[in-house]
Amino acid sequence: MRQMVLLWTDALVFLLVAVVLLFAWYARNKEHLRAPWREVVRSRLAVSSLVVLAAYTVTGLLDSVHFRMALPEAQGQQEVQYSGEVLSLLDELLGPMRTQVEKTYSAPFATHLYTRETITGPDGAPQRVYPRLQYGGAHLEDIGDRNRDILLRSLNAVAQALLATALITLGFAVLLARRWKKPLRVALRAMLGGTSSVPWRTAVITIAVVALIIALLAALSPFYHVLGTDKVGQDVLYQTIKSIRTGLVIGTLTTLVMLPFAVFLGMMAGYFRGWVDDVIQYLYTTLNSIPGVLLIAAAVLMMEVYMSNHPELFETMAERADLRLLFLCLILGITSWTGLCRLLRGETLKLRELDYVEAADAFGVSRLTIMLRHLLPNLLHLVLIAVVLDFSALVLAEAVLSYVGVGVDPTTLSWGNMINRARLEMAREPMVWWSLLAAFTFMFTLVLAANLFSDAVRDAFDPRMRQQR
Amino acid sequence: MTQILLKVDKLQVRIGEGAGAIRPVDGVSFSIRRGETFALLGESGCGKSMTALALLRLLPRPGGEITGGSVQLDGEELLALTESGMRSVRGGRIAMIFQEPMTSLNPVMSIGRQISESLEQHKGLRGAAAREQVLELLRAVGIPDVERRYGEYPHQLSGGMKQRVMIAIALAGDPDLLIADEPTTALDVTIQAQVLDVIRDLQRQRGMAVLLITHDLGVVAGMADRVAVMYAGQIVEQAPREQFFAAPQHPYSQKLFAALPESSKRDQRLTVIPGSVPPLNQAFTGCRFADRCHAAWDRCRRETPRWYGSDHEQGVLCHLADPAGATAPRAAEAPVSSPPHAAIQERQGEQLLDVEDLKIWFPIHKGLFKRVVGHVRAVDGVSMSIPRGQALALVGESGCGKTTVGKGILQLLRPTAGSVRFQDVELTQLKGEALRRRRADFQIIFQDPFSSMNPRMSVGDIIEEGMTAQRVGGNAAQRKERIAGLLEQVGLRPEHAKRYPHEFSGGQRQRICIARTLAVNPKLIVCDEPTSALDVSVQAQILNLLQDLQRQLGLSYLFITHDLSVVSYLADRVAVMYLGRIVEEGDVRDVLDKPQHPYTQALLSAVPTIEAGTERKVIRLEGDMPSPSSPPSGCHFHPRCPHAMAVCKEAYPAVTETSGGHTVRCYLYSDAG
Repeated sequence: MRQMVLLWTDALVFLLVAVVLLFAWYARNKEHLRAPWREVVRSRLAVSSLVVLAAYTVTGLLDSVHFRMALPEAQGQQEVQYSGEVLSLLDELLGPMRTQVEKTYSAPFATHLYTRETITGPDGAPQRVYPRLQYGGAHLEDIGDRNRDILLRSLNAVAQALLATALITLGFAVLLARRWKKPLRVALRAMLGGTSSVPWRTAVITIAVVALIIALLAALSPFYHVLGTDKVGQDVLYQTIKSIRTGLVIGTLTTLVMLPFAVFLGMMAGYFRGWVDDVIQYLYTTLNSIPGVLLIAAAVLMMEVYMSNHPELFETMAERADLRLLFLCLILGITSWTGLCRLLRGETLKLRELDYVEAADAFGVSRLTIMLRHLLPNLLHLVLIAVVLDFSALVLAEAVLSYVGVGVDPTTLSWGNMINRARLEMAREPMVWWSLLAAFTFMFTLVLAANLFSDAVRDAFDPRMRQQR
Repeated sequence: MTQILLKVDKLQVRIGEGAGAIRPVDGVSFSIRRGETFALLGESGCGKSMTALALLRLLPRPGGEITGGSVQLDGEELLALTESGMRSVRGGRIAMIFQEPMTSLNPVMSIGRQISESLEQHKGLRGAAAREQVLELLRAVGIPDVERRYGEYPHQLSGGMKQRVMIAIALAGDPDLLIADEPTTALDVTIQAQVLDVIRDLQRQRGMAVLLITHDLGVVAGMADRVAVMYAGQIVEQAPREQFFAAPQHPYSQKLFAALPESSKRDQRLTVIPGSVPPLNQAFTGCRFADRCHAAWDRCRRETPRWYGSDHEQGVLCHLADPAGATAPRAAEAPVSSPPHAAIQERQGEQLLDVEDLKIWFPIHKGLFKRVVGHVRAVDGVSMSIPRGQALALVGESGCGKTTVGKGILQLLRPTAGSVRFQDVELTQLKGEALRRRRADFQIIFQDPFSSMNPRMSVGDIIEEGMTAQRVGGNAAQRKERIAGLLEQVGLRPEHAKRYPHEFSGGQRQRICIARTLAVNPKLIVCDEPTSALDVSVQAQILNLLQDLQRQLGLSYLFITHDLSVVSYLADRVAVMYLGRIVEEGDVRDVLDKPQHPYTQALLSAVPTIEAGTERKVIRLEGDMPSPSSPPSGCHFHPRCPHAMAVCKEAYPAVTETSGGHTVRCYLYSDAG
C-alpha cells in the first residue's frame, strides 16, 4: 500500500514538463518555430549533450514521484499507518543502495572499512584491524577473488549495454523508416553510415556510452559501494544520483520564477516608456546593487527561523526540506531576473519602432494585444537563449550557496552539501577523496552538457549568427 | 600599352555546396578600356555586386568560390595571384566604394587617419607627407574646409560627405580601376548629383576606368560609356551607351525602359515585367528570361541562347538576334491601354482631409533633470488638403519631415499644434477608444515591406488583424472569405494566406501590405515611399496596382516620396517640402513643368534622366540640408539658394499664388505676384 505525496517542487516540475510538451505540440506545424530546433539537432555536439541531458532529466523525473509506504499493520489497527519517510520511484529502483549502510567511511570497491577499529580477537586480546564491510563485497568467500568478480560482472554488464543500445537503435530506425516511408535497411544504413542530416551515429554512440555506465553501475552497485561510503556509511553513489534532482529543480524552477518578472516588466518598460520605464528601471537597478549572496542569505535565514518556529506546518521532514528548496528557487529567481529584464527592455525599445508594430497601432489594435502578439513572439528567442545559458550557472550557484551554508536544507541530498562536507574529509589523514570526486564528476557532466547544448541553441536562434551561415 | 585594362572571361561564382548552391555569376565576360566608364546594370539579386566582389576575390567566406573563368588586369591573371599578391591589387590598382557610406567608415577613427592608413599601405607615406596628400585628396573630392575636416569623425559628416571620403580613400592608392557599387543609391537626388559629378571629374583628371554598378537607368545615361545589362547571373546585352539608349536589343532591356514611370505615361498602365528574378540555385534550360518575356516562344524554353554580336564588346544573348534562325512568331505586344475610367467620381471635390498649420516638434532634453533645451522642428506649420478620390504627393529629400507629416496625420505621432480634420472630425482631439474606432478610415503603407510585417504571423493572420481590431468583415468564415478576395484583388492567390512573409519577394510583400490596409475599407491611404525599396520592374507592378485600386475604390492617397518620376505618374497635386515646411504646392503638371521655387527647380534638374542628347543644365545645390533643430533665419533655403537676396535672411516668405491653385513661398514671386 502506498500513499502518493505531491511535494511543491514536484508539482512545479510536472507543470514545467506539461508546458514544454504543450509548446512542442503547438510548434508541430509551425515552420518558423520548428526550423531553429531542426538546426539545433543537426549539430553533433548538441545531439550528444541532448542524450546526456535526457539521461539526467529521466533520473530527475523518476526522483520527483514521491510516496509513503504503509507500515506493517499492528494488532487491532483500524486505519493504515504510513511511514514518515517519503520515498521516490528512484529510491525504489536503486533498492539496496539506499538501505545498505555501513558503519563509516569506506573506499570505492572496498571490502573493508577505511578506519581501524578495536575488536576483541578470538583469543580475547583487543586488536586494531580494518573490519570487513557489512555489505560491500560481503558475498565474496575469498577476498582475493574480488578483481575477478568485478571483471566478470562488468563483462556481463557490457553485453547487456550493447544489447540495450542495439534495441534502442532498432527502435529509432523503425520510427525513422516509417517517417521516411523507406525500408528499414535504408534507414539503418543512413543512421549508422552518418549520411542522415541529423547525426544519428553520434546519438547512438552517446546512447551506448550512457547505457554502458548505467549497466555497470546496476551490475556492481548491489555488491560493492562503487563510489565508496561517507562518514555515516551511506553509499556515495546513491547520494550523487539523488542530488541530480536537486540540481535540475534549482536550474529549471528558478527560471520559471524569474521569467514572468523579466518578460513582462522588460516588455512594459520598453513599450510604455515614460514613468513605467522609470519605475521598472529604478527597481532593477536597486535590486542589482544589493549583493546577491547577502540578499539570499538574509532571506534563507529568515525562512529558517520561521520554519523552526512552526514545525506543525510540515507533516514530514521531506516536505520541510522541499519547501526550503522551493524557497531557495524563489529567492534565486527574484535576484536574477534583472539581467534578462534589461536585455528585453532594450530589444523592445528596438521592436516598438518597427513598422509592423506601428501598422498594428494604425489599425487600432490594443496595447496588450500588440505586446502579446507582436512583441512577445519576437522576444522569445532571447528568452530561450537566456534560460538555457542560465541553467548551468544556477546549478553551480546551488553548489556555492550550499557550501556557504545558505543553500538547501542540510538533509536534502545535493552536490553543494556533498562538497561542503568534503571540506572536512579532504583535511582528514588519510584523505577521503571520493565524495568530492563523485559530486564533481556528476555536476561537471551536467553543466558541460548544458553549456554545449546552450551554445547550439544560441547559434540556431540568434539572428546575427544565422546571417553568418 | 594595351587599350584593354580589365578583361573578364566566362567568370563563374558559386556560393554554398551541393544541391542548394547558388550561382550568382554564371559565365560573365566583359572588358573595360582605360579611362572609360563601364556600367553594369541590373535588378537586385542578379549578381552584379557578386561580380565586383569576385574581381577583387572578396567573396563571402566560407562558401563563396570562383569556379571558373579568368580575370586579367593589364594582362596579368588575378585569379592566379597569391593572397598577398592580391592585397597590393586591392586598393592599389583596383579600388572599390560601396553603397552604404554610413557603415563603410570606422566610427572611432578620424577621417584623416582613415585616409592616411590607406596611403601608408599603398604608397608608404607617413607623417607630414601623408597629411599633405590626405588634404590634397580631400580637396580633390570637393570637401570644403579640409584642414578642419581632417580631424573630424564620421558622425560629424553628412551622407554625401561620407561618400566623398570613401572616394578619397579609394583614390589614395591611385587605382587604375574604380569599382563603384551603387555609389549613390543611399543618397538624395541633389546629393547624388554632387557625388556623380565628383566621380566624373576625377575620372577625367586621372584617366581612371570606372566600373559603375547600378540599377538606375538615369545614372547610367549620365555616366557610362558602355553598358552591360545583367540578368540572373548573366550579361544579356552589351552596347555603347548611345546605341543602348537609342535601341535596346534584349527584350529585358526594352521592358526596363517601358517600366519607368513618367508623366507622359499618365493615365496608362505601366508596362510590367511579370514575376521576379528567378532564384539562382537551379539548373536552367533555355533562356533565363523566357518566363517573363513577352516575345518568348518555344525555342526560348528549349534551347539556351547563344551570344550574338561582335565578340564581347557588343551583342545580345537572345534568340531574337539570331540572323539564321527563323524569326519569332511575334506575340502581339500586350496592349498598353488604360482601363476604362469607371471611377467613382460623383462625390469628388468634397474635402476628405484638411490639415491646418500642423506642427510636430520633438523636445531635446539635456542635463540631469532632462530639461527641455530646444526642439527639433520636424514639421513646422504644414497646411494641406486632400479631396476625396485624389492623390497628393509630398516630395522632399530625406530629413525634411515628410514621413513625420504622414504619421502626424494618422495620429501615430501626436502633433504639437495645428489641426487635422478628417471628414469634419478633429483627429487631434480624439483619444483612446474614440480614436481607435476611427482608425479604419485612414491607413498607411510603409516603405520597407520586410519590416512592416510580423515575421511570426501567417499572411492570413496579418490581414485579419486589422479586421478583428476594427470589428469589420463579419464572423470568422466571412473574414476568411474576404481575405481570399483581398489577396486576389492585389494579384496574389487565396492559398497564400497560410504562408509566412519570408516566403515572398519584396513586391509580393508590398502587395500583402496593401491587402492588409484595404481589409478595413480605408478612405485615405498614406503611402510612405511604397516603391523605393523595390526594383524598377516590380515598382511598376505596385504603381499600377495602386492606380487601379484608386479608380475602383475611390481612394485618396497621400503619396510620400523622394522620387519625382513616381510623382508625375500617380499624383494629382504635388507639395514640395523643405525643412519642415511646404515651399511649393500645385497641380502636378504645373509644378513639374513650371517649377517656381528655386529648390523645386534644383530638385527637378538633379534627377538623372534617360533622355540622352537633351543636355539640361543641372542646378547644383551646395552643401547639405541644415538641421531642423536650428533652422537658418528667414527662408530656410537661403544658404543654398542661388537667388538668395538680403530679404531672404530676415523673415520666412509668405504664401504667394502664382497661378490657379499653384502656390509658392519665395520672395522672388511675392512682389511680382
